[in-house]
Amino acid sequence: MKDDDFGITRRGVLASGGASFAIASIPPARAEIAPASQPMPAAMKVALTVNGKKRELEVDTRTTLLDALREHLHLTGTKKGCDHGQCGACTVIVDGRRINSCLSLAVMHEGDEVTTIEGLGTPEKLHPMQAAFVKHDGYQCGYCTPGQICSAVAVLDEIRRGVPSHVTRDLNARPRATNDEMRERMSGNICRCGAYSNILEAMTEIAGRRG
Amino acid sequence: MKFDTPAGTNPIDQLKVVGRPTDRIDGRFKTTGTAPYAYENPAPNAAYGYVVGAAIAKGRIASIDPGAAKGAPGVLAILTADTAGKLTKGDFNTANLLGGPEIEHYHQAVALVVAESFEQARAAAALVRIDYARGKGAFDLHAAKESAQPSKDQKDIKVGDFAAAFAAAPVTIDATYHTPDQAHAMMEPHASIAAWEGDQLTLWTANQMINWGRGDVARTLGIPKDKVRLISPYIGGGFGGKLFVRADAILAALGAKAAGRPVKVALQRPLMFNNTTHRPATLQRIRIGATREGKITAIGHESWSGDLPGGGIENAVQQTRLLYAGPNRLITARLATLDLPEGNAMRAPGEAPGLMALEIAIDEMAEKLGMDPIQFRILNDTQVDPEKPERPFSQRQLIECLQRGAERFGWSRRSATPAAVRDGVWLIGMGVAAGFRNNLVTKSGARVRLSPAGRIIVETDMTDIGTGSYTIIAQTAAEMMGVPLDRVDVKLGDSSFPVSAGSGGQWGANSATSGVYAACVKLREAVAQKLGFNSADAVFTGGKVRSGNRSAPLARAAAGGEIVVEDSIEFGDLAKRYQQSTFAGHFVEVAVHGYTGETRIRRMLAVCAAGRILNPKSARSQVIGAMTMAAGAALMEELAIDKRFGFFVNHDLAGYEVPVHADIPHQEVIFLDEVDPISSPMKAKGVGELGICGVAAAVANAAYNATGVRVRDYPVTLDKMLDRLPTAGPQGSP
Repeated sequence: MKDDDFGITRRGVLASGGASFAIASIPPARAEIAPASQPMPAAMKVALTVNGKKRELEVDTRTTLLDALREHLHLTGTKKGCDHGQCGACTVIVDGRRINSCLSLAVMHEGDEVTTIEGLGTPEKLHPMQAAFVKHDGYQCGYCTPGQICSAVAVLDEIRRGVPSHVTRDLNARPRATNDEMRERMSGNICRCGAYSNILEAMTEIAGRRG
Repeated sequence: MKFDTPAGTNPIDQLKVVGRPTDRIDGRFKTTGTAPYAYENPAPNAAYGYVVGAAIAKGRIASIDPGAAKGAPGVLAILTADTAGKLTKGDFNTANLLGGPEIEHYHQAVALVVAESFEQARAAAALVRIDYARGKGAFDLHAAKESAQPSKDQKDIKVGDFAAAFAAAPVTIDATYHTPDQAHAMMEPHASIAAWEGDQLTLWTANQMINWGRGDVARTLGIPKDKVRLISPYIGGGFGGKLFVRADAILAALGAKAAGRPVKVALQRPLMFNNTTHRPATLQRIRIGATREGKITAIGHESWSGDLPGGGIENAVQQTRLLYAGPNRLITARLATLDLPEGNAMRAPGEAPGLMALEIAIDEMAEKLGMDPIQFRILNDTQVDPEKPERPFSQRQLIECLQRGAERFGWSRRSATPAAVRDGVWLIGMGVAAGFRNNLVTKSGARVRLSPAGRIIVETDMTDIGTGSYTIIAQTAAEMMGVPLDRVDVKLGDSSFPVSAGSGGQWGANSATSGVYAACVKLREAVAQKLGFNSADAVFTGGKVRSGNRSAPLARAAAGGEIVVEDSIEFGDLAKRYQQSTFAGHFVEVAVHGYTGETRIRRMLAVCAAGRILNPKSARSQVIGAMTMAAGAALMEELAIDKRFGFFVNHDLAGYEVPVHADIPHQEVIFLDEVDPISSPMKAKGVGELGICGVAAAVANAAYNATGVRVRDYPVTLDKMLDRLPTAGPQGSP
């Protein structure tokens, strides 16, 4: 990880937090002044690879990767649950890492390789993780399911690559796909139907260790 | 088909398909992201709507000025109560879905901005200028308690002489419990796409009750019901939150009319918690008096909840009418007027919060009596309705649930003395609670077709909100028609199909499959007649129909064209003559951190008696899901109220905490063998809500057993235990 990933320091956050408080405190009379005219929002071109296919889009720069997938490419398997990075339903795999696609703008993904649930498997040819979810009934309403599956696939890959987590006891040893490791790493994917116990069974099967 | 006498032997009893743990037939669509939810139906040329919510809880809009929003890029229409035309409140709504000028609750929708793109609609919505005149509201249940009134939803129950019996009882408890407001927080936001063709409205919408929804859309918009079509094949969770039409549907319809093209609207997540319904908070006073031997002589349960004017109670006392014996009973519910968002049904309305309190009280009483809490429950079991002893339960295996669970869970290893078991810094405890939820049945219809290719097609407006409706309906049709599961197609959630029970109150599975059963009985008769067989002795099996020594392929009956029949199940008075309920024994082991009071659930077991289990795989999922939601209710879920301004503060999925993977251990579910011929021809009952009933109390009781700290105010968070945690254990550490 590069140092400048942490370019925003804690002090910086505190300072900017203070600044936004100051703006919110402007007396209402001034806040009411609206801009005389609204400029057209900027559109930008972005080229990325989605599920192995090159796609070129021209999108409003405010368009999230999630909305680009759902509303522009009609890949609606990726779900919008909160649009704020709180639920994980929009999880996709970008250049091998899982992200919340609602928290990133489409135009940030020039040249990126994006894998969505549709890229893992199809109803006729399920990915092993998809088949395991069906077998273990690792879903109910199905809305968080694509995100759970994308996360599950990426989590097992993270563990294989030796990426530690909050519950990894020994940072010098390779993490293993234990129940605790999988539960911890999957905790950004909420399932309100409560299929967690079954999702873990599905992941355990794919991780190659029967629970 | 009338169902007014207990079911005899019927084709479902073969259990070749029904009753087998079966993968969901919709699983390959849900796991590949190809199952279309409301917002995802192809709607060419659709515009996007963005909802503006009221910034006050009560009062009036002084002025609303869409000015800057009007000229914003891409904007097609701006709707407010001023411009929407006359709207009538739906039969199932307490507050108007589009507010203004009167505001009834915080985040009540007050405007919809429609634009070419989502980003444009969102940006323009921020420019709508609204000035409010804030009114005074009541937001505090404790403060409003004294003003609460009786409600038509629950008459006062007085059996024997409660006051005298309680006063005379040698052992008593008198305790008050609090359950907070809770949110459904289903993963799919309320969402709709509306499209008009002339005066005909089509709504793809996330809704559990298609026919109710169709009626209320028509009523709200002032158009005939037959001009409204609702389509809802996949629903991303509901838990009661999608029983009713919400603002997304009405605003999409109005927006589409104004824009002259289809409009899609999803409620923004931060709007959902205050804009839609929630489970109301309760205050519950429970008094129990018993003999020294542990026989209950007096049981009193009084509950208070609040809602908007015209709303209803959270009926937290209803299970207490039926769960335990006792000759002297006092049961009341009172309703206060509160100006918080609308309260309404959430998974096991009434029983879920009611048992959160009652089943702690039972634990407290058992301890006071020096009895094992399971033994105390067994001693006070009743096989008849305590208010009407001539009215038996159709089935009641509560004792068996508790005993089987105790054995399986290792209950004998529990220390009756709290705070006696440690694992390092963790305090370990076990808790138990009874689960109880009534079995409701309601009329349900279906259409079934036999195609010339021999396929069975079922059409009903029943919904699948994750419950497994698709699969159990297919299993029912396959069993009835004697075909393998993969020869059945199930089409759900469309108001052009026969009206079904819908999904709510755990009545869906039993009622909807019974409706399919009724239609299949009719189809069997039609097939037998076509084949020239005597329908009474025709046997449907292996894709063939046999009668005496004759046999014909099922498909031959449709050789001359598809056979289509329709029927519904209608329930007689068996539910009046017999009390129909479902039962469970819930067992939980927790570890409470000795220094911080953090509670972790280590083990969970539910033993359920709920009639025939149609698909043990999806039924088990219903139960573990409900146990998970109950874990949230026990340990973390609470809508925090700003009592000055009258809104739920933690109105998103970051602030309103629900259980995540790391919170939930492996969960075990056992279904007792049971068939209930009094319930329906399926001999089934519901389980989807039984699974949440009692679990939270089992968690709280386990936390008490671990620590000796009794928390009566949910959720059981560490701050409520911290200053009372047992002090240093061995070696000076807790």
